[in-house]
Amino acid sequence: MISWYYIEGILIQSCYTLLIVLGLSILTGYTGMFSFGHAGFVCIGAYISVLCTMGFGLPYWLALIVAGLTAMVFGAALGKITLGLKGDYFCIATLGVGEAIRLIFNNLNLNLNIGGKQFVLDGAKGIASIPLHTTLPVALVIVVIFLTATALLMNSKHGRSMLAVREDELAAQMSGINTFNSKMLAMCMSALYAGIAGGMLAHYFGYLQPKMFMMVKSTEYTIMVIFGGMGSITGSVLGTVLLCALPELLRAVGDWRLVFYGLAVIIIMIVRPKGLMGGKEITDLKAFKAIAGLFRKKKKDPPSDVPGPGEELPV
Amino acid sequence: MDLQYYLQQLVNGICLGGMYALMSVGYSLVYSIMSFSNFAHGGVIMVGAYVGFFALTALKVPFLVAFLLCGVGSGLLAVIIERLVYSPLRKRRAPSLYFIISAMGASIFLENFVIATIDGTPRNYPTLFSNSIKIGSLSLGLDSLLMIIVSAVSLFVLMIIIQKTKIGLAIRACSYNEKAGTLMGINSSLVIFVVFLMGGVLAGFAGMLYGMRFIVKPTIGQVTNKSFVAAVFGGLGSLPGAIVGSLLLGIMEIFVASINSSLRDLFVYALLILVLIIKPSGLMGKPVEDKA
Repeated sequence: MISWYYIEGILIQSCYTLLIVLGLSILTGYTGMFSFGHAGFVCIGAYISVLCTMGFGLPYWLALIVAGLTAMVFGAALGKITLGLKGDYFCIATLGVGEAIRLIFNNLNLNLNIGGKQFVLDGAKGIASIPLHTTLPVALVIVVIFLTATALLMNSKHGRSMLAVREDELAAQMSGINTFNSKMLAMCMSALYAGIAGGMLAHYFGYLQPKMFMMVKSTEYTIMVIFGGMGSITGSVLGTVLLCALPELLRAVGDWRLVFYGLAVIIIMIVRPKGLMGGKEITDLKAFKAIAGLFRKKKKDPPSDVPGPGEELPV
Repeated sequence: MDLQYYLQQLVNGICLGGMYALMSVGYSLVYSIMSFSNFAHGGVIMVGAYVGFFALTALKVPFLVAFLLCGVGSGLLAVIIERLVYSPLRKRRAPSLYFIISAMGASIFLENFVIATIDGTPRNYPTLFSNSIKIGSLSLGLDSLLMIIVSAVSLFVLMIIIQKTKIGLAIRACSYNEKAGTLMGINSSLVIFVVFLMGGVLAGFAGMLYGMRFIVKPTIGQVTNKSFVAAVFGGLGSLPGAIVGSLLLGIMEIFVASINSSLRDLFVYALLILVLIIKPSGLMGKPVEDKA
C-alpha cells in the first residue's frame, strides 16, 4: 500500500517541476529557443529564497518573490549577452552558464551573521535544515496562478509575437515585431518561473546541494516540454505529469526506469516529433468541445476561423 | 616553484589535452557535416572505457588487443546510434535541435543502461604501466607517455585520412556544403557513416586512456562535456581547431588546478561563456552564418 505521504511528495514535486516546465515552455515551446541551463536559474532561486527565509527571516511568500525576481535579473543579463547568438550557440551558451552557476555555488563558502542569526553555506555540502514551507495546498495554488498567467500571456499580443518569432524570425521582424524584445521577455519570464520553483524546491526538500542542479536536470526539463508538445500548455502539464510522476511510481523497476526514459525520448523524436499534444490545447480537442457543449446549453458561438497557436492555417 | 615544476605541469597538461583532443574531434567531425552537437558522444566514450576494462580484467587479453577492442566497440556503437537514432531524423530533414534532444536521450539511455546492467560503482583499471622514465630532471610516467603517443599517432592518421584520401575529400566537401556535395555524386550516407565510425574509434581510445589514468564509471560523460567545450573553444566543425583548442584547454586547466584545484571546472565553463561572447566561432571555426 502506498502511503498518502508518498503520493503527496510526488504531487508537490510535480507541482514545482510543472512551474519550471511552464517557464521553459514559454522560452522553448513558444519562442523556439532551447536552454540546457535552466537548472542554473532554479539553483539561484533556491539559494536566494533560503537566504531570505533563514538569513533575513522574511516570510515564505516574500522569499519566493525575491527568488523569482533575482533569477529574472540573471535571466535578463544572460539574455542581453547571448540572445544575439545564432542556432546551436545559444543553447551551448545556456549550457555553460547553467554549469557555471552550479560550480560557483559548489565553491561558495558563506558564514553570515545577520542580526544575531547564523547562516552557513558550505560549498558542496550546501545548506541543511531549511524550514519546510512548501505544502501541497500552497504548491497547488501557486501552480494554478501561474497556469492562468501563462495562458493569459500566450493569448496576448506578446505571446503572439513570441509565436511569430518561433515560426520565422525574419518574417516576424518584417511584420514590425521587435524580435529582441520578444525573446528577452520570454527569457525573463522563464527565469522568473524557474526562480520561484527553485524556492519551492528548497522549502520542500529541507536541504540544498549544488549537485541537485546538474545539467541532466536542465535536459530533463527541456525533454518534458518537447515530450508534451511545443507551444502547448496542456502538453507541458501532460509531459510533466507523465515524465515526473510516472517514473516515481515506477521505482519498483529500479535502475531501468531511466533507461526507458532515454528510450522514450528517442522514440518520440522519431515517431511523433510534435510531442503528445502537437501544439494543441485541451480546449482544442473534439472530446473537450463535446463535453463543454453539454454544459453550455444552446448558446451558439460563431464558428471561429482564426486558428489557434500551432494549428495549420486552412488552405 | 621553479622551472621544473612548470615543465612538469606542462607535460601533465599536454597529456590531458591530448585526451581531450581524441574526444573533441568526434564532436567536431559530426558538427562539420550535420551541424549539431552530438551529446551521445560522451556515452560512446564511456562504453569504450568499459570495453577496455572488461577486456583487461575478464578476458585477460594483452593491452594492445584490449586497446583495439575499445576502438572497435565504440566505433560500432557510434555507427549503430547513427543508424537507429539520427538516420530517421535525417531522412525527415528535422531541425538540428531535434538531433540534440535525441542525442541527449541516447546519452541518458547509455548511461543508465550501463548502471542497470553492470552497476554504478567506480572501478579501477589494473595497473599496467607503473614505471616512469626520467628525461633530465623531469619524470614522465609510462602511461603519460603512452597517452601522448596514442593521441598524436591517432590524430595524425585521422588528418592523413581527411587530407589525402578520397573519402577524406568527400568529408571535406560535405562539411563545406552537403547539398552541393551530394549533387556532385558524393554518397552522403557513406560520408556520415565514416565520420561516426572514425569519431567512435577515437572515442574508444580516449575512453580507455581515461579509464587507465583515472577511473571507470557510468558518469564519465561529465568529462566529455569538457572536451565539448574544447571543441567549441577551437571552433566547432574545425578539426585543427578541435586539436589546438583541446591542447590549450588541457594545459590551462592543469595550471588553474595547480593554483586552486576546486576552480578547474568553473574555469572551463567560464572560458566557454567568454568564447561565446567574444568569438562564437572559436579559434579556427568558420564564421557563424545567419541561416534565417
